[in-house]
Amino acid sequence: MKILNEFKCTFPAVSENEAIARACLSAFLIQADPTIQDIADLRTVISEAVTNSIAHGYRNSEGEVSICLRLLPEKTVYIRVADKGCGIEDIEKAMQPLYTTAPEQEDHAGLGFAIMTEFMDTFHIRSSPEHGTVVTMRRKLGRTDNPQEESSDE
Amino acid sequence: MQIHYNPETSVLHIRLDGEIDHHSSSFMRSEIDDAIYAYMPEMLVLDFQDVSFMDSSGIGLIMGRYKIISPLGSDLIIANPSPHIGRILKLAGMERLAKIQNFSQKENQS
Repeated sequence: MKILNEFKCTFPAVSENEAIARACLSAFLIQADPTIQDIADLRTVISEAVTNSIAHGYRNSEGEVSICLRLLPEKTVYIRVADKGCGIEDIEKAMQPLYTTAPEQEDHAGLGFAIMTEFMDTFHIRSSPEHGTVVTMRRKLGRTDNPQEESSDE
Repeated sequence: MQIHYNPETSVLHIRLDGEIDHHSSSFMRSEIDDAIYAYMPEMLVLDFQDVSFMDSSGIGLIMGRYKIISPLGSDLIIANPSPHIGRILKLAGMERLAKIQNFSQKENQS
């Protein structure tokens, strides 16, 4: 599929960068005329993916997270988030809602994958223990639960 | 974050603000827990009126506080979530743990 625009960046796996990854995505989306819900949903999705890499992939050890954002035809947005962390032994288990590898006192809800699959049209994950994890996702923009939002542009 | 305790009603009202993610929630968590242990309220209100973003870390934050106050016999209210936060609360099934309420805007601005 033809790539209309692309933005890539790599940053250290520290939690301060979760907000910066969201800001990059918001800035990238503007060109595609997203709905308010598109922005909110996709910001949540990238936050979940980047947090997974930082908190679970690297378990707060040093490393880098790479993101790639693409604008594809028909207002479709592609998001790729990759790390070279510990990987996931059992993806099926990790995908189950409420499953988390984090210690109880850190209050992880285990809902990251549930949110990513719910908010995106497609979701793929590849992971290799000791080598890292890559998630790739797509969504066609224009989603809204509020019928008034679309007509308010006039 | 604004913390207000009413000793007459035993309601602890915590007005969260800004963005709630994995980074910020760790700071919020300790501040909320300090207030819970200081006041031992009968009702905890977590107010999302001024929260501009929340991911599943916010669900973890709510669930963790629920686990603390539930054994005390206290109730949890989630107040004023935006439509975006409402979708995440619904996805997480939070209505099973807490009452979700929208207070009037005027009341909150005073």
